[in-house]
Amino acid sequence: MKRELFLGNEAVAQAAIDAGISGVYAYPGTPSTEITEYIQQNSLAVERKVHSKWSANEKTAYETALGMSYAGKRALVCMKQVGLNVAADVFMNSAITGIHGGLVLAVADDPGMHSSQNEQDSRYYGQFAMIPVLEPSNQQEAYNMTYEAFQLSEQTQLPVMLRLTTRLSHSRSGVWRREVLQPKTLRLPKNSKQFLLLPIFARKNYARLLEKQVPLNLLAEQSKYNFFRDGQDHSLGIVCCGLAWNYVQEVYAGSAIPFPIVKISQYPLPEKLMGKLYESSDELLVIEEGYPLVESQLRDFFGKGKPVHGKLDGWLNRYGELTTDQVGRALKVEYDAVFESPDCVVPRPPSFCMGCGHVDAFVALQEAVAEFGEGHVFSDIGCYALAALPPFESIYSCVDMGASITMAKGAADAGLFPAIAVLGDSTFAHSGMTGLLDAVNEHTNMLIVISDNKSVSMTGGQDSAATDILETICVGLGVDTRHIRIVVPLKKNYAEMVRIFKEEIAFVGVSVVIPRRECLQRAARRLRQYRIRRTK
Amino acid sequence: MKTDLIIAGVGGQGILSIGAIIGQAALYDELEIKQAETHGMSQRGGAVVSHVRLSDQPVYADLIHRGQADLILAVEPMEALRQLPFLKTDGYLVTNTEPFRNLSNYPSRSEIQEAFDRLPHVLLLNATDIAHQTGNPKASNLVMLGALSAFIQLSLHAFETGIESVFHLKGQNVIDINQKAFIAGREEALSQLGSSRQTG
Ligand SMILES: Cc1ncc(C[n+]2csc(CCOP(=O)(O)OP(=O)(O)O)c2C)c(N)n1
Repeated sequence: MKRELFLGNEAVAQAAIDAGISGVYAYPGTPSTEITEYIQQNSLAVERKVHSKWSANEKTAYETALGMSYAGKRALVCMKQVGLNVAADVFMNSAITGIHGGLVLAVADDPGMHSSQNEQDSRYYGQFAMIPVLEPSNQQEAYNMTYEAFQLSEQTQLPVMLRLTTRLSHSRSGVWRREVLQPKTLRLPKNSKQFLLLPIFARKNYARLLEKQVPLNLLAEQSKYNFFRDGQDHSLGIVCCGLAWNYVQEVYAGSAIPFPIVKISQYPLPEKLMGKLYESSDELLVIEEGYPLVESQLRDFFGKGKPVHGKLDGWLNRYGELTTDQVGRALKVEYDAVFESPDCVVPRPPSFCMGCGHVDAFVALQEAVAEFGEGHVFSDIGCYALAALPPFESIYSCVDMGASITMAKGAADAGLFPAIAVLGDSTFAHSGMTGLLDAVNEHTNMLIVISDNKSVSMTGGQDSAATDILETICVGLGVDTRHIRIVVPLKKNYAEMVRIFKEEIAFVGVSVVIPRRECLQRAARRLRQYRIRRTK
Repeated sequence: MKTDLIIAGVGGQGILSIGAIIGQAALYDELEIKQAETHGMSQRGGAVVSHVRLSDQPVYADLIHRGQADLILAVEPMEALRQLPFLKTDGYLVTNTEPFRNLSNYPSRSEIQEAFDRLPHVLLLNATDIAHQTGNPKASNLVMLGALSAFIQLSLHAFETGIESVFHLKGQNVIDINQKAFIAGREEALSQLGSSRQTG
């Protein structure tokens, strides 16, 4: 066998396929997207008919994966960190029901907010749900730990969280694969009450979850991914979680690490291992990607124990991504950087693609709302959020998927006129529909613009769950067909677009305007694929 | 042997493709490799960067330490300058000179040239022109990759294999035009290096 070059995400995907999953369920979100995309294109997965179509959102994805687990088969569910907020209800409860077929949640955090609204740390969710959390430190561990996670899930009868961060998800390295396992066969859970969380059953299940905590701790003590290594200098003991292990090794590359160290890649925190480090060092330094979770756990509230350093006392940055520089600074090992970027270098933020349909829609909308002044347009998560930047600066909110409609509704309830929501087709399918239903039921006076590019573009052009059924959904939710207006966002249609926006702003009630033109990137990709197929 | 490389450019210029080619080439030559890249929002015309680390010893961190890159390879001149804090004292900057202007406050040519003049080791080429000449205007990234091949210890065959494996889904024609751009960039860099060695 040869080593293969995999992104961290691809290593996870390949391991899940090799471990015999029957389905991956996901909604796209940077930095998690490539896991599902890899499985969609993998020939063995295709041959085995591994389910890999995108779900409407993270909640539906997780629930469907849990259903597959109920039926005895192995399932992978993937999302970005904020996606877990959307799936949090089923996630928390799946720890109480437990699983049947192995269920692994791969969740990718984004410290540094390269492509996210926040840098929340999913390990808290793992701790909250009281399930095993795995945090690989490199691509090979990402493969191995995912491969073994299904076994761990079946052994503990719990969902297992695989916590990734941007740096590992989006970095490549050579990876050795293991034997390909057969998918499981369909079989029902032995206990027909396992998935019934009525209080009488739920109490029993919850007690069982609590009982599992001791064995979970033991598993973490014994895990080969957690270990203690002694050092010469006992003035400091280092705790490295996941990726932090790489940075510490890098800082001391070519020489021995002077301090005793514990490397953690499996939670709950192994008490004995941590105790060993605590006993053998005068002070501790905790290096972890994300929030100071382990640091807070080790820090004594009244400050009586040994000093614990990290993000809370400024040895490391409180936010942002870990880097070798930062870890080096904390360990007082520094290198010179002699060059600086000259002052003429200016920031280059992301921007709309040339000819994007969202732009045409925004220009027309801007003209239609100009007479009302600033502050009327609520927006959402997608490429159109770039309208927050110059030269547009014409949207006033971008909070969480679907919030454009509901925030505009709340503002309308408060008396704001006009109240306008702008969101994309995929965001509408993800979380906009329920908000629209609220507005319809209350005849809220608002305009909803669904800028339909027939694609989930911000994350790379995946299929949108709303394509070709957007109007049907709006009609089904009760929007008056006379106030569902379709326009083609092109320069030549400006006058028409402005007129339609104005008419629907003037209409008292819920109106939906749908500017519809396929995303240029997606169209280009389609054309390229067509050409390749023709030449073959 | 250990080489730390920064690859810089603008989203859409093919930084990810050349990063992946180097990765494949490194595996082919049985080296250790880590290659971190920018996905997501910045790919929409924003600044993108990839850290590539090659070695015959284990590679730990996915990111390069400031001041430790042996070489910055850039498909766009201002993006080359953005990454300067990563460059080693005796490191090389190898860049395309053709700007990608999607900004109103883009620096002037002379400002950029002055910044280059202050560096000890610079190799400049107009990869955009060279790509045009090879009949594939979009391949300035491959031209730059060709220039890189004049600097790092990866076999030509490894690069060819890398190019093939990254573009194989797009058909033989695409592989061929990219190989051509790669060779053109390599020759340009070799000839510049050759003449500077003769004179200097
Ligand atoms: C809960 C959640 N899931 C996923 C994402 C990642 N995400 C950001 S933008 C986006 C695409 C939205 O698509 P659409 O609304 O159709 O807009 P487009 O980008 O196509 O213009 C996604 C999936 C997120 N930010 N939050």
